[in-house]
Amino acid sequence: MKKLALSLTAALALALPAQAQSKYPERPITMIVPFAAGGPTDIIARIVGENMSKTLGQQVVVENVAGAGGTTGITRAVTATPDGYTIAMGHLGTFSAAPATYPGLKYDPINGMQTIGLAGGTPILIVAKKAFAPKDLKEFVTYVKANTDKVNEAHAGVGSVSWTTCTLLKGQLGVPKLNSVAYRGTGPALNDLVSGQVDFMCDQIVSVAEQIKAGTIKAYAIASAERSPALPDVPTTKEAGLPEYQIEAWNGIAAPKGLPKDVVDKLVDALDKALNDETVKKRLLDLGTVLPTKEERTPAGFAALIKRDADKLSPVLSAAPKQ
Amino acid sequence: MSEMFANLGLGFSVALSFQNIALAFVGCLVGTLVGVLPGVGPIATIAMLLPITFGLDPVGALIMLAGIYYGAQYGGSTTAILVNIPGEATSVVTTLDGHQMARQGRAGVALGTAALASFFAGCVATVVIAALGAPLTKLALLFGPAEYFSLMVMGLCFAVVLARGSILKAFCMIMLGLLLSTVGTDLETGQERMTFGFPPLSDGIDFAVLAMGVFGFAEVLRNLENPEARDVVRAKIGRLLPGWSDIKQAAMPVVRGTGIGAILGILPGNGAVLGPFASYTVEKKIAKDPSRFGKGAIEGVAGPEAANNAGAQTAFIPLLTLGIPPNAVMALMVGAMTIHGIIPGPQVMTKNPDLFWGMIASMWIGNLMLLVINLPLVGLWVKLLQVPYRLMFPAILIFCSIGIYSVNNQPVDVAFTALFGLFGYLLIKLGFEPAPMLLGFVLGKLMEEKLRQALIISRGSFMTFIERPISAGLLLVAVAILVIALMPAMSKKREEVFTE
Repeated sequence: MKKLALSLTAALALALPAQAQSKYPERPITMIVPFAAGGPTDIIARIVGENMSKTLGQQVVVENVAGAGGTTGITRAVTATPDGYTIAMGHLGTFSAAPATYPGLKYDPINGMQTIGLAGGTPILIVAKKAFAPKDLKEFVTYVKANTDKVNEAHAGVGSVSWTTCTLLKGQLGVPKLNSVAYRGTGPALNDLVSGQVDFMCDQIVSVAEQIKAGTIKAYAIASAERSPALPDVPTTKEAGLPEYQIEAWNGIAAPKGLPKDVVDKLVDALDKALNDETVKKRLLDLGTVLPTKEERTPAGFAALIKRDADKLSPVLSAAPKQ
Repeated sequence: MSEMFANLGLGFSVALSFQNIALAFVGCLVGTLVGVLPGVGPIATIAMLLPITFGLDPVGALIMLAGIYYGAQYGGSTTAILVNIPGEATSVVTTLDGHQMARQGRAGVALGTAALASFFAGCVATVVIAALGAPLTKLALLFGPAEYFSLMVMGLCFAVVLARGSILKAFCMIMLGLLLSTVGTDLETGQERMTFGFPPLSDGIDFAVLAMGVFGFAEVLRNLENPEARDVVRAKIGRLLPGWSDIKQAAMPVVRGTGIGAILGILPGNGAVLGPFASYTVEKKIAKDPSRFGKGAIEGVAGPEAANNAGAQTAFIPLLTLGIPPNAVMALMVGAMTIHGIIPGPQVMTKNPDLFWGMIASMWIGNLMLLVINLPLVGLWVKLLQVPYRLMFPAILIFCSIGIYSVNNQPVDVAFTALFGLFGYLLIKLGFEPAPMLLGFVLGKLMEEKLRQALIISRGSFMTFIERPISAGLLLVAVAILVIALMPAMSKKREEVFTE
């Protein structure tokens, strides 16, 4: 017994300094997803996180901390100790739109956190009910401007991607006060669009692609630079005559500010490796995701994206009527 | 018709995967295990076990939850027969003749009859759901916000009328549920309401927190009051399979019970709870010798058990096709689906056909499994019934607390659950049924959403609810049911039904 205790102490003595020298990561990493399990951000976090675990040699554990449009979870993540063991997967809403949507926000996405990189972007489409009068985007713009008292827009609740992107559209069209019907989530909103209760909405390709293919709703344009391989017949906003409406819903990883350089590098590298993995790629593409460019996979590139969209969204979101 | 079989084929291909069969098995087993515990019915069981499904994919999770649901329902019947304690409202009737049969040494036959009757009813109900699912989903496209709102008003009126005890109390509970559902961030404007500036409330009261507090914790508290005396049947369980004469006696009641239960189950506002009562009354009425009832008549077990199970399953129809939960258990299923990122409603069938049909197919498999696993395990359940409360209750509480913490990883949720537990206990003491409150809570969010949508679309005109024919019709039914229930002659009869 005594012998065993001795050898244990010896082993510990040997192990301890070794551990201190060995580098990050030495224990599982928590990736906070600020939404409920099963949502788009959660799915992307789990797909990417699983592969990052292999590269980092430690498990990346997804923890769902939902609340206040995702800001509760991000607050917890970016105010944690900057040791690389707490990171977060946020999206367009939590990083670019939140400062303008939530006046009392407890974090600063531009200056108060360490970006790691973009995990993927999702194109946004302008879709309408089948029987909606305008035939193309140009007619749509004229029609909406002329019929502000008749047209109904649907969205998935204040702070949601569809609300954020449609508020931007309405701002750019100069009809910020257009009648807007709130739903709890994209599903019910889409359902009422299919049955013709509301006229149009803006939403992510994942949610609307099947309905467009089935012909139960129609798409005017996709708000990306290029057409999507999933819907090759839908023109881009540039082609259809509304070039200024360019917006994507994206998901990306951030960490608390003050993270050591080598930790940042390791996380960036792990994310990049995950996004180059064939299985990960396939699963993300199946979700309608656009894989990030080399530039967007770097902390600086992702930070630039956050700032660019925040600058685009802030004026319209702050000015949006709070009915 | 051929489409229906193709769809069922798809369903079975999903439900028969190794993982899903295993999940259905675990669900049925765990459901029965918890359902057998006296005083813990299906609602509390699902509320408590909800978090353990989080790691699964949505189809698997719902299959497991459905399994827990039937399992708990069946477990409730076991307790009703062996201990004379109904696990839930729907198994009240089973205690009448089931426990008497047990005292006469025919516990095994009573349990076997209950299982076989449930299985038969389950098979029929599965086909009913499969047949009605598609047409009803098409019908749902005619429903705009105004129609949904009116439908829910009608559902809540039914819930008030069908609730046990005083109509006024049921009405109050539904109103309280509606009120609680308005806590949190306003959907249209993003403003906080009734949160007292307390951040954890900004997303509203979590459904799992409320359900587990009011059902899980409060049930434990209530059971602590009772002395630990259980009328467990000490006699031998005896032969499980009913004999030929038993089968002949039970066959027609099972068929009738299935029909009654299936129809009542589709009704909004917990129509399923009426099934067993209605079936028992019918059997007693048409029996040659009504005096045998209450003294161990096998028809009194077979009919109500079939009605119970048929209703339990057809209650999925409004949920799966319209996204509107007809009772508290289905409200829990809404919570579960939402947690897994699926918004219940007509789009589920087109967007997630594997989930929709897989779940329907799994209902049948679940019923078969109950038959296969429960009958041989009866001895185990009897042992479980003898576990002392001092071990059982702390275990339940610890399990609940871990579960509720794991929903959002927020310690404050556990505190809220405890608070709602105390509140639920108070409600029980004052004679208020918490189930209508939970239904009101879940429908409240939807109702507010639909009301405001309808009004925004109609540019603020309330006439929209009357101008649209379907909506007007639904509101008319709602008014009619309230008027009928409040008429003196009817309210007397209603009391009779519930006291029987």
